[in-house]
Amino acid sequence: MSSAAAAPVPRYLLEARGVRKSFGTTEVLKGVDLLVEPGKLVFLIGPSGSGKSTLLRCCNRLEEPDGGSIIMDNVDLLSPRTDINAARRQIGMVFQSFNLYPHLTVQKNITLALRKVAGMSTADANARAAEMLALVGLPDKAASYPAQLSGGQQQRIGIARSLALNPKIILMDEPTSALDPELVGSVLAVVKDLRARGITMVIASHEMNFAREAADKVVFLDGGLVIEQGSAEDVFLRPQEDRTKRFLAQIRH
Amino acid sequence: MEQFTQEFFNLDVMAKVAPFLLQGLLQTLLLCSFLIPIGLVSGILVMLLTTSPYRLLRWPAIAAVDFFRAFPPLVLLVFVYAGLPFIGLRVPALVAVAVAFLINSASYYGEIYRAGMVSVPKGQREAARSTGLSATQTLLYVTLPQAIRNVLPDLLSNTVELVKLTTLASVISVPELLHSANLARSLTYNSSPLILAAIIYLLLLLPVVRLIARLEHRL
Ligand SMILES: Nc1ncnc2c1ncn2[C@@H]1O[C@H](COP(=O)(O)OP(=O)(O)OP(=O)(O)O)[C@@H](O)[C@H]1O
Ligand SMILES: [Mg+2]
Repeated sequence: MSSAAAAPVPRYLLEARGVRKSFGTTEVLKGVDLLVEPGKLVFLIGPSGSGKSTLLRCCNRLEEPDGGSIIMDNVDLLSPRTDINAARRQIGMVFQSFNLYPHLTVQKNITLALRKVAGMSTADANARAAEMLALVGLPDKAASYPAQLSGGQQQRIGIARSLALNPKIILMDEPTSALDPELVGSVLAVVKDLRARGITMVIASHEMNFAREAADKVVFLDGGLVIEQGSAEDVFLRPQEDRTKRFLAQIRH
Repeated sequence: MEQFTQEFFNLDVMAKVAPFLLQGLLQTLLLCSFLIPIGLVSGILVMLLTTSPYRLLRWPAIAAVDFFRAFPPLVLLVFVYAGLPFIGLRVPALVAVAVAFLINSASYYGEIYRAGMVSVPKGQREAARSTGLSATQTLLYVTLPQAIRNVLPDLLSNTVELVKLTTLASVISVPELLHSANLARSLTYNSSPLILAAIIYLLLLLPVVRLIARLEHRL
């Protein structure tokens, strides 16, 4: 221990503990922990309705949790003193249905928050957009409108839009489930590339093959609880819990 | 037939009253120049109230909108014009028109904007908020532009209605187009000035109506 004054590097970039959320009388999250180390790719799996989307949406407060704590890079997201708009800049989100702005060009989709939230000049924002478009392999689509793009292209723009703000973490909610099978690969290739660049991600997805190949950690959720978690190998090849085994058996068919 | 033409399509009468009617037209255009922007802007404010998450704002706003959409605008106008003096406010006719139209058209435009906002998928707001845009920025740059685009034909239709509704101002003697035409009718003992006024309204509004039809087709 050389210097006691050095700021401690937090073990977890995202540290959600005991997160609870009910809709009306149904408790959808019953005290869930989600711990994400910096630079890691965490996969969230589980049957439909298990609470994957709700958990992700709690992590940037699109859904207001009823209980628990969520710390993002030393910022207490649930504290009333936290500026949630500033915090959200650090938390990218990618949606199943892309949610690109249909009335804006691809370039404006990416630069809107850069200009209005990050306060960049239009020129700087456009340069950043071009950089992001190159990164997702769509350098010539800046002037297109979302409706002119395929689903796979739209989702890559969705990733570029959240990545442009240089977030500490990106949350993806089933980024490939709305895509035709032949378009899935192009999006997963981008995710792999981001992982290689050390970008922290949490992905809710049914792409088990991809999870096995790329995930640093797999979290299995069922009925609003974390049933099992571990390395992809552990969870997929040596599941300990019956519910995990049953779920894995089901989706293999 | 001869008599009918004499009474309604008398070109001599029309030519004679045309300059007078043009004055009325100018007054109508003047009314439109502030009534339309007032309606378009106040409609957005009303929509913000009727779609507010806060019940204490939403419910009274919805009640007021319902009330004023069912309330006859002519009565509203007379009420404002003749009623305000009773609480010590003697206002010029143009101000009375502005107030009455504000109340009436804010309700109508407000409902159109609301329908537009409802038509924008909620994922749009979520995407915007997730990038750190504030609620106001999200409204301004993401949801409202899409809402307006989705209900543009309705906004234009309502604007056509509003232009025609300015004829109500004639009852409190604002010298707009219909008022001038009616005056000309009683001075010439002939109905042709009214027909001329109608022709002017048609020339003014037909292009807009056509545009609306084309927009509706596009959507
Ligand atoms: N806004 C809401 N209002 C009411 N119930 C909701 C809402 N959002 C989600 N739920 C319910 O919460 C439960 C968990 O939903 P969630 O979307 O988090 O599941 P999921 O694991 O993402 O499922 P899927 O794999 O189908 O996407 C479901 O039963 C769902 O019906
Ligand atoms: Mg989901």
